[in-house]
Amino acid sequence: MVAPGSRFQTPHRTELSLVRFENVGLRYGLGPEILRDLSFQIPANSFQFLTGPSGAGKTSLLKLLFLSLRPTRGLVNLFGHDISLLNKEEIANLRKRIGIVLQDFRLLDHMTTYENVSLPFRVLGRDESSYRKEVIDLLKWVGLGERMDALPPILSGGEKQRAAIARAVISRPQLLLADEPTGNVDPTLGRRLLRLLIELNRTGTAVIIATHDISLMDQYEARRLVLHQGRLHIYE
Amino acid sequence: MDDHSLLVPLANERPQLPARARNLSPIVPRASISGRALVAVVAIMTFLASVTTGAVLLVSASATDWQSEVSSEITVQVRPHAWRDIDKDVAAVAEAVRTQPGIIDIKAFTKEDSAKLLEPWLGTGLSLDDLPVPRVIIARAQPGSSPDLAALRTRVAQVSPTATVDDHRAWIERMRSMTNATVLAGVGILILVIIATIISVSFATRGAMAANRPIVEVLHFVGAGDRYIANRFQRHFLRLGLEGGLIGGGVAMLVFGFSESVAGWFTGTAVGDQFAGLLGTFSLRPSGYLVLALQSLLIGGITAWSSRRTLFATLDAID
Repeated sequence: MVAPGSRFQTPHRTELSLVRFENVGLRYGLGPEILRDLSFQIPANSFQFLTGPSGAGKTSLLKLLFLSLRPTRGLVNLFGHDISLLNKEEIANLRKRIGIVLQDFRLLDHMTTYENVSLPFRVLGRDESSYRKEVIDLLKWVGLGERMDALPPILSGGEKQRAAIARAVISRPQLLLADEPTGNVDPTLGRRLLRLLIELNRTGTAVIIATHDISLMDQYEARRLVLHQGRLHIYE
Repeated sequence: MDDHSLLVPLANERPQLPARARNLSPIVPRASISGRALVAVVAIMTFLASVTTGAVLLVSASATDWQSEVSSEITVQVRPHAWRDIDKDVAAVAEAVRTQPGIIDIKAFTKEDSAKLLEPWLGTGLSLDDLPVPRVIIARAQPGSSPDLAALRTRVAQVSPTATVDDHRAWIERMRSMTNATVLAGVGILILVIIATIISVSFATRGAMAANRPIVEVLHFVGAGDRYIANRFQRHFLRLGLEGGLIGGGVAMLVFGFSESVAGWFTGTAVGDQFAGLLGTFSLRPSGYLVLALQSLLIGGITAWSSRRTLFATLDAID
């Protein structure tokens, strides 16, 4: 359990839009446009599933949201900033407000679970004593209290997934992007991870879960962004 | 309501151990950068640069010594002539030179001295009576003064028409040209060594970045900027560069430190005498060692600079 006074508290809800796409298109090189005329908003504190068949462009859309890719046309506005006007340092600063969980976890093998999860704070230059308890509490909360000093190669798939989620949420991002976060775990743990993300959303983080797992989406009533043939259909 | 009731206890079924976790691992592990090869390359480059610089300093110092020695000397040659008594001519010329203002000492070579000078070429037991060998008078001028050579030539010509005066100007000019050429060659070699170091470090940096690409990507995910990431790598390269620089520079300094002893072993041999003639006692002055130490640090700095340049270029390509 998280100690009193931790940052995992319910904030005041606002209905501001964190993300705004207007007529966004994306193509790789001279290939066909794989995302076409995307126009949508991600409100603060919202929860949505991003779904669609394999190859529909879910991961590409997540990369656009994470600023790993630039659109070939259209406007992307993130946290009130037109991303076409940002330089690399400004993009890095915006990324500090976004958490991302990828299918392949991307944990650093030479660092312990604790060190992986505390990495965002190290990058921020914070003193370890100011966040150590917080990281330990979160690791206990996600069930990795015993595995804090373990290196990722000896963690199970589910443990890696939880460590990756913990790293993504530790700095309390305003926006969490999760690419198939339950893809590597059994259904029971998948339900638990979904509940974790729902609870995180309740504490004030907007969550986008990319998945093609219908049963996962059926477990929670939420907005659905469906990508089909490069176009986005929104079901509120 | 307790805030924590919002959080899902995912691991209540497991006993919790006391946390011992600490941030101990470096973000970029030292072992992930192939440091030994780079240290070896930088050490070799620094050694070559140091040997070059040391040799240039030795040659420059010896050349300066020769020049100051030779420039204070004047050589008068008295050639034999069928109708003249060369011994009388030598005595008269020596007297004329001695009385010239600015001359503090003279040495007139006797017939035996001249025979000794020619021994290496003509062998021992030589009779100079059979050969038209000129006689030499060495005059030493007061340091800093420049005797009136025109007046000296006139006076010498009056007492012996077959005598000529040489102030070694042409020879000094040739020495100066040779010294300048040696320094230029040394600078050229240094530039090549530095370029080779930069290229080697750039390759090593690219290799390290490629090997650590997953770390770079994760750092980008957690919001690290290029400057932060470059600093994590650069501290390794600075350390490797300094390590290589100190090893190469240190070995070169030891080589120069022992060179005097080594040169002593060869004294009396043809090779030893040639080197002694060219490079003096082979001992580097304290300022020379300081130059080598600064050069080693400079190469360490160049390693850090070139790795930083490559790091930013590679980070631009990765993002």
